[in-house]
Amino acid sequence: MAVRTFIEAVREAMAQEMRRDASVIVLGEDVGKKGGVFLATDGLWAEFGDDRVIDTPLTESMIVGTSIGAALNGLRPIAEIQFADFIFPAFNQLVSEAARMRYRTMGASSVPMVVRAPYGGGVHGAMYHSQSIEAFFTHVPGLKTVVPSTPYDAKGLLVASIRDEDPVLFLEHKKLYRSVRGDVPGREYTVPIGRAVVRRPGSRLTVVAYGLMVHYALEAAERVADEGIDCEVIDLRTLRPLDRETLLGSVRKTGKCLVAYEDNRFGGYGAEIAAIVAEEAFDYLDGPVSRIAGPDSPAMPYNHILEDWFMLNPAKIADAIRKLAAY
Amino acid sequence: MTITDQEGGRKAGHLAAEYALADSDLHAMYRTMALARALDERMWVLNRSGRAPFVISGQGHEGAQVGIAWPLRRDHDWVAPYYRSIATCLVVGMTPRDLMLAQFARASDPSSGGRQMPGHYGHPGHHVVSVSSPVATQILHAAGIALASRVRGLDQVAMAIMGEGSSNQGDVHEALNFAAIHRLPMVLVIENNGYAISVPAAKELAVQDVADRASGYGIPGVVVDGTDVLACYAASREAVDRARRGEGPTLIEAKVTRLTGHSSDDQQSKYRSASELAEGLTRDPLPIFRARLREAGVLDDEAEAALAADVSAAVEDATAFAEAAPDPEPAGALDHVFGDAAAGEPHPPWHPAPGGGPG
Repeated sequence: MAVRTFIEAVREAMAQEMRRDASVIVLGEDVGKKGGVFLATDGLWAEFGDDRVIDTPLTESMIVGTSIGAALNGLRPIAEIQFADFIFPAFNQLVSEAARMRYRTMGASSVPMVVRAPYGGGVHGAMYHSQSIEAFFTHVPGLKTVVPSTPYDAKGLLVASIRDEDPVLFLEHKKLYRSVRGDVPGREYTVPIGRAVVRRPGSRLTVVAYGLMVHYALEAAERVADEGIDCEVIDLRTLRPLDRETLLGSVRKTGKCLVAYEDNRFGGYGAEIAAIVAEEAFDYLDGPVSRIAGPDSPAMPYNHILEDWFMLNPAKIADAIRKLAAY
Repeated sequence: MTITDQEGGRKAGHLAAEYALADSDLHAMYRTMALARALDERMWVLNRSGRAPFVISGQGHEGAQVGIAWPLRRDHDWVAPYYRSIATCLVVGMTPRDLMLAQFARASDPSSGGRQMPGHYGHPGHHVVSVSSPVATQILHAAGIALASRVRGLDQVAMAIMGEGSSNQGDVHEALNFAAIHRLPMVLVIENNGYAISVPAAKELAVQDVADRASGYGIPGVVVDGTDVLACYAASREAVDRARRGEGPTLIEAKVTRLTGHSSDDQQSKYRSASELAEGLTRDPLPIFRARLREAGVLDDEAEAALAADVSAAVEDATAFAEAAPDPEPAGALDHVFGDAAAGEPHPPWHPAPGGGPG
């Protein structure tokens, strides 16, 4: 078992799958010689060549649309969107085409494709290099959305996504790329899509998180533990299809639920989690299902003071925990 | 088909030979056009008699569609067509029953099991990419199919087909640029009927010919008369051969006429003059090709009568078959959202679960 950064785990997943399966290709902006702007694909071009590691023009709709076609004709493309913020030109291809292909052909055609997109803030990325985009896509049946929080899961979930028969949007928080290390087996393994995990068992309150927010929630849980608030932290890992069992099992045990998400609050993914908990665990609740999320500014501002204002952090989550716990 | 005199035989053989085709090809091309037209006309009758809520039509496009799809290798090459591609779909192997099942949106409709509007054909077995309604998205699918053909070491050609209205979408630019850079085995066919629903070409395009844009991608752009089936065939054969040789994409623009409204929900006399519509009728590819084949001795009265009976029987059969076929059940309407059943989310309580029980 080796200790790897998050981005090394992402890279290892792609390299191993490309060695195992000649139908796996990578395409995106700067993914070739340069190895991607974050170096996620570093070394792949040298190993697999021009045919399987393709530098594309700056055309996100093409990156996704061409991947759909390649998937229809026997390949398993991994498309990299350089920053999640730039995925919107491909919105139509993802929503109208990739997500509906299986449904509109009664299962006769499928799109086994992964769209990797670095997302999230706190990296001085400003309005167009910081966004959380999951809410736009988790709304869409037919698309799977995966957001790992650890290097182990990043590798195992990416391998599972590449092998999946359906389109998967694979969101990687940029701040995790080099700040988080963990044990990653060198062997091939998968982490199943659609399974959440309890990162910290607890009894008084459930915090639901994904991506970077899992780490902040765990820190927050430690802070309030000294005050006698014993939190359970759920890492969703897959946003859709959702693991309701783990989510509802936890809330039924603790009776309180806080959803922490980095995206702006209104209509965010956490709103759906809150609605599901309210509908399906109402009898177990002894406090309002609550959300702690980004403010409703159109995007994350650049100036570091404003960025801090936007971003959640362990202190903000701890405050929200205290407030809910006191209810 | 029946050549009765020696002179006619020479003439017929001559026309087919000019295009390296056999007389039987010419006859089959004409039959496919006639079949597409007859099916299309029947779909309008079904609509106007209240038996089908919607029709979108390929009338006027059949000559270009048949000529251009003809050089493709069936079940090997791919087409990513659009909602007017009725004749194209027949050429590459879909049957009149397949098309009518889509028209009636029946459970056994091979295109979508009744989930899509009529005209949104698709058939993975025949390598027909499922048509959607947002226009021009399919050109990127064709580029990806062509890329996969290259990566997998196959010699498949992918043909994307759309109208000139769709040609203005950004996806077309992105796809042609990428396909040209990588010399992908792709052909883009623009069926230019001069209208994007109601908007005339002059307000859609700043150039006379969409094909002019090809030079901006460093690829050949060819304009063909869509009423000249064999010219369409020749242009397509050259483009398909070129693609297969690894020399990259070609843009073929076929000038056609749209003989019907955009769809059954459109009244084109509101925006096209009577004289223009009358002029359009003179560009109907069916009588034009028919006259050419008769002149060349490929068609005679006897062959035409046999063909008309054959087409009529196929339309009757497809209509009766599809009309009698069962509708899809709501219990199955959440099938095929994801591939693995385990990924399926629970049925919400207000929808019936498969089998009709509570969710």
